[in-house]
Amino acid sequence: MAKRTPLQFYSEPLPGVEVSDLQGRLIVIEGPDAVGRTTQVAMLRQWLEQEGHAVLATGMARSALAGKGIKMAKEGNTLGPVTMTLFYMTDFADRLENEIVPALRAGFVVLIDRYIFSIMARAIARGEDRRWIEQAAGFALVPHAVFYLKAGVEDLVSRVVLGRGAFDFWESGMDLRFGPDMYDSFVKYQTRLIKALDSMAEPYEFTTIDAGQPAAKIFRELQRRISRLQLRRVRTRRKTL
Amino acid sequence: MAILAPHKYRGKLIVVEGIDGSGKSTQISLLSRWLRSQGYAVAFSEWNSSPLVRQTTRRGKKKEMFTPTTFSLIHATDFADRMESYIVPLVKAGAIVCADRYAYTAFARDVARGVSRRWVRNLYRFAVSPDLAFYFRVPLDVALGRILGGRDALKYYEAGMDLGLARDVEESFRIFQGRILDEYETMAAEMGFHIIDATLSIEAQQRRMREIVMEQIGEILESSALRLPAGADINGQTHTPAVL
Repeated sequence: MAKRTPLQFYSEPLPGVEVSDLQGRLIVIEGPDAVGRTTQVAMLRQWLEQEGHAVLATGMARSALAGKGIKMAKEGNTLGPVTMTLFYMTDFADRLENEIVPALRAGFVVLIDRYIFSIMARAIARGEDRRWIEQAAGFALVPHAVFYLKAGVEDLVSRVVLGRGAFDFWESGMDLRFGPDMYDSFVKYQTRLIKALDSMAEPYEFTTIDAGQPAAKIFRELQRRISRLQLRRVRTRRKTL
Repeated sequence: MAILAPHKYRGKLIVVEGIDGSGKSTQISLLSRWLRSQGYAVAFSEWNSSPLVRQTTRRGKKKEMFTPTTFSLIHATDFADRMESYIVPLVKAGAIVCADRYAYTAFARDVARGVSRRWVRNLYRFAVSPDLAFYFRVPLDVALGRILGGRDALKYYEAGMDLGLARDVEESFRIFQGRILDEYETMAAEMGFHIIDATLSIEAQQRRMREIVMEQIGEILESSALRLPAGADINGQTHTPAVL
């Protein structure tokens, strides 16, 4: 497959957005639940800001439009898989149009904790049609880099149990109950999610990073790779004080 | 290529489409009451009515937060919820579901708003294909006369004010509805709409609808749809139809 140009739409132009106006950098961190994405995003943000870059960090279900609605829908017991997929897609579109695109126009480095790939993986893990969801997400911008923090399901289990101490309903795919209890359902559902993410690695040009390494080592690898993305330099003149 | 997948369920799905002021809601309401009087289990689903999504839509409209893309997506989300938790289970169970507006509304309205035709049609691919789709054909001026005479204020998105078509609300509404009408006309044949002349009397339109129902799905309704035996009622209670 031909290499995609960053900051172009995957397949459908977003009405009202001129891609030639965009000049920032779009960096995505992907990976399954509990893999340590959030920690990395926080460290990267701090580092990039110290380097003098303006940073926008955003993640799923944080939109002004749909964030609250999704949260409420997940508290009830009627949210179906197609509805959930489209609700998250609405949330993503709202953040893309109102946060991400304006930040890119202004030359920001945009760090995204989960992009369309998590929405797509969750849909695919729940048995929805892959082509349907890929086309629906076609208005997304091609990122400069997608870093996929890859871990096996046993690793995720130990992170959940040692870290949070309990399984989460949605992270365990309990809406479809993949197993008799939360542990079994978590294992089956996360295995499907990982498989779906793995299958996107090549077509969507993920840079796969072994999430089994210590966080500091992952961070150094991310720093090295992001440094190659030709971020604008901030020149500091050395002056003797 | 079929846009929506045909279903093989016991029940049937009947939908009405048309621009605002075409009189479709009156007609589907009359039709559903008639079907109910025949003893069928009839359910009703309205556009934009999912309890799960309602607050988000309301908030977006009130604060004018929507773009063409998010407007399209939130309506698809609303539709998906009604599809998953209401329409499909009931049609499977053998009910006749009557829907006031269906995916075609999005195909016409969202495209009139500027989103890609191919994209929005893909978005609704999870929808089941209706057994009957009625399209109420009406000239723009007739529909506008009904709407503008009948209520005081046109709403922001309904009038397409987000598109900056005109400063005047009525003028914007006119242009926007005209675009939607063009979209409906373009897809009428492709989607196999049964076209009803919405300038006829209410009675004449209703007669035509009932004829079409009998012609097209009369036999299959008789043989497979869920129906109360003549004279019976459930647990001695009056059957109150659900509305979502």
